[in-house]
Amino acid sequence: MTLPAERIERVEAWGMTTGGACYVYRPSTLEGVLEAVKEARRERRSIALKGGGNSYGDAFLNREQVVLDLSRMKRILSWDPNTGVICCEPGVTIEEVWRYAIEDGWWLPVVSGTARVTLGGALAANIHGKNNRKAGPIGEHVKEFTLLTADGEERTIVPLEDPDLFYAVIGGFGALGVITSVTMQLKRVHSGLLDVEAHVARNWAEALDKVAHLADAWDYAVGWIDGFPSGANSGRGVLHSARYLDECEDPHPEETLRVEAQQISDSVLGIPKRVLPRLMRPFTRPLGMRLINAMKFRAGRREAGHRFRQSLVAFNFLLDSIPNWKHAYRPAGLVQYQVFAPLDAAQQVFSEATRAAKEQGFPPFLCVLKRHRPDAFLLSHAVDGFSLAMDFRVHSLRWEAFRRLADEMTELTLSAGGRFYLAKDSVLRRGQFRQAVGAEALERFLALKASVDPEGLFWSEMWRRVVGEWTPLLPSAEHRADEREARETGADAEDIPKPFW
Amino acid sequence: MEHPWRKAIIVGASGGIGEQIALALAQSGCSVALVGRNEAALQRIATAVNRADSRLAFPIVHDVRDVDTVSAAFAQAVEALGGIDLIVYAAGVMPMIGPTEYDTDKDIEMIAVNFVGAVAWINLAAKRFERAEEGTIVGIGSVSGDRGRKGNPVYGATKAALENYLESLRNRLAPHGASVVTVKPGPVETSMAAPRGRLPGMISAQRAAALILRAARRKNVTAYIPWRWWLVSKIIRLIPSPIFRRLKI
Repeated sequence: MTLPAERIERVEAWGMTTGGACYVYRPSTLEGVLEAVKEARRERRSIALKGGGNSYGDAFLNREQVVLDLSRMKRILSWDPNTGVICCEPGVTIEEVWRYAIEDGWWLPVVSGTARVTLGGALAANIHGKNNRKAGPIGEHVKEFTLLTADGEERTIVPLEDPDLFYAVIGGFGALGVITSVTMQLKRVHSGLLDVEAHVARNWAEALDKVAHLADAWDYAVGWIDGFPSGANSGRGVLHSARYLDECEDPHPEETLRVEAQQISDSVLGIPKRVLPRLMRPFTRPLGMRLINAMKFRAGRREAGHRFRQSLVAFNFLLDSIPNWKHAYRPAGLVQYQVFAPLDAAQQVFSEATRAAKEQGFPPFLCVLKRHRPDAFLLSHAVDGFSLAMDFRVHSLRWEAFRRLADEMTELTLSAGGRFYLAKDSVLRRGQFRQAVGAEALERFLALKASVDPEGLFWSEMWRRVVGEWTPLLPSAEHRADEREARETGADAEDIPKPFW
Repeated sequence: MEHPWRKAIIVGASGGIGEQIALALAQSGCSVALVGRNEAALQRIATAVNRADSRLAFPIVHDVRDVDTVSAAFAQAVEALGGIDLIVYAAGVMPMIGPTEYDTDKDIEMIAVNFVGAVAWINLAAKRFERAEEGTIVGIGSVSGDRGRKGNPVYGATKAALENYLESLRNRLAPHGASVVTVKPGPVETSMAAPRGRLPGMISAQRAAALILRAARRKNVTAYIPWRWWLVSKIIRLIPSPIFRRLKI
């Protein structure tokens, strides 16, 4: 018996750089999850978990294995508008939560740049927002979650009672089990608007200094950096800081907190936004993006010092303002590479990384700068410092050249004590990941996995890339053939060599 | 030569063009499921391909006339390879047919091996490739399928049917990112052609395999192997029927 061919689907990384045939299960209930887990185990396949499918790299890929897509588990299980505590199934998206809660005066304390991320995915990646310095990652706002482990048991994980699992599952990218519900504390807001101020930076030193100060003084701080200029202009950019409005600052909160007030227009100058990626395609080349970045900087310079109010949605979900904007990168793929560097090393790491990228023919088309602080999660990507997310257009024919650049940037970051964010990553290698998170933390994580999932049921291509193969549950073609031969010849299954663990 | 495929099923791999395609693919590091009737030949090829540190060839003994077992053999191949991105249907028979011979058994065997077996195997791959939005199907037609020749009526008919079937699949699968390639070799030095002796324009099976894989990389094409048969075929198609029926082909 094999997994049914009807389950085969192409699953593609959000950045479109990799993908392939996977057996996809989309349960809508816990029973459905259990059934999929049972089938995968029976067929000795591993399971990768998928939410909204917004990870840029291979976090949810599992070619020829099982992908458990939890996006249909989207019930809101409980909601208390007085306390702002919400309990949801893992497939509920950030968009569905804010739409549900905003009219009661609550907002998610941490959101990603797109609202299409599911809560299960948000916890798996331990997402951060433009307010990471103030609010930390989303995991810090989770009161508890339920976890279905490989043995079929569903357990409630509360931070004080089970800190090991709590701080490892969040940020654990689905390696320890399936999050089946999430209870989290939302943030009280008194307006659907944010107070926003624009700033300009002429170089790296100014950009880092300003973002650091803005992140301390405001709730949100983010910088767009022009990745093209060299020399004195390197690191120039436009920064935005924002803060929640206090009570009474918004004269009409009942209006601004309405869902309709948060809607983003679906057209620009009368052009439907859905066609913009196609129109942008001729410009997503080095020359075109150099011009666009330069124009954006000029426009930002005029805007500097300007203070205005913007809806929570418009400020936070910039990536959703143009649906499927990634298609502008076609026929190539989009690789986002986000480096986290400590405070004192950030300027050197970022300036050298962008210089190397330009020299090797991969100028970053879009760079985003954020301030971060450390957190308690086992495989945390955060540092007391800054992150720079760079978007690269990478054609498959130039993949190896990009890998060489990525290795150079990675070594640069690691030597400065930096880290990486797996939700964005496509290129980290095993030794590099171990060094980034620390050997001790990784060993603790793997020991925890061995205790809750000794067979390695939950494992994805990303984990194979950054850690390695886990168990014979997912044998290589060669191993499977040997095993079949052994079955046919009646050899004892215990005699079969196990590739790992 | 480097090939873009990593996991291939070769049906009819125990000799001739199929064997050479399997060897060429394995040489570039592609895992191959060798499907055929002749177990000894499959093992010989697998032994030649496999190394102590890497196993690339997986023999699967199967008779394509046994349509009921295709599904299990296909699943076994996919399982062994850990997926599939290429299928080459190279199984084929062309028995000697006398000028006044009408042997239904021989004809049914040709239909079963050259066409029914192809449909049974390729349908399974097509279904998978459509859902996976990638994959390449290669079917081996023949210049014999271009006109109804008096020499071997059913052989040409099976190849014409196969070509039509592959074109239909190509039109179905192209929007889904999978490609279907029809190759139409002229005479190739194989055991199938041996009884006819040395024919004009004959090429080695190794050369044919290399040209077939080159055509397959171009995706969604019908390619004559070698290309000169395209010209020959064009001319043959232009010959008026009253003249064509007088030719000894």
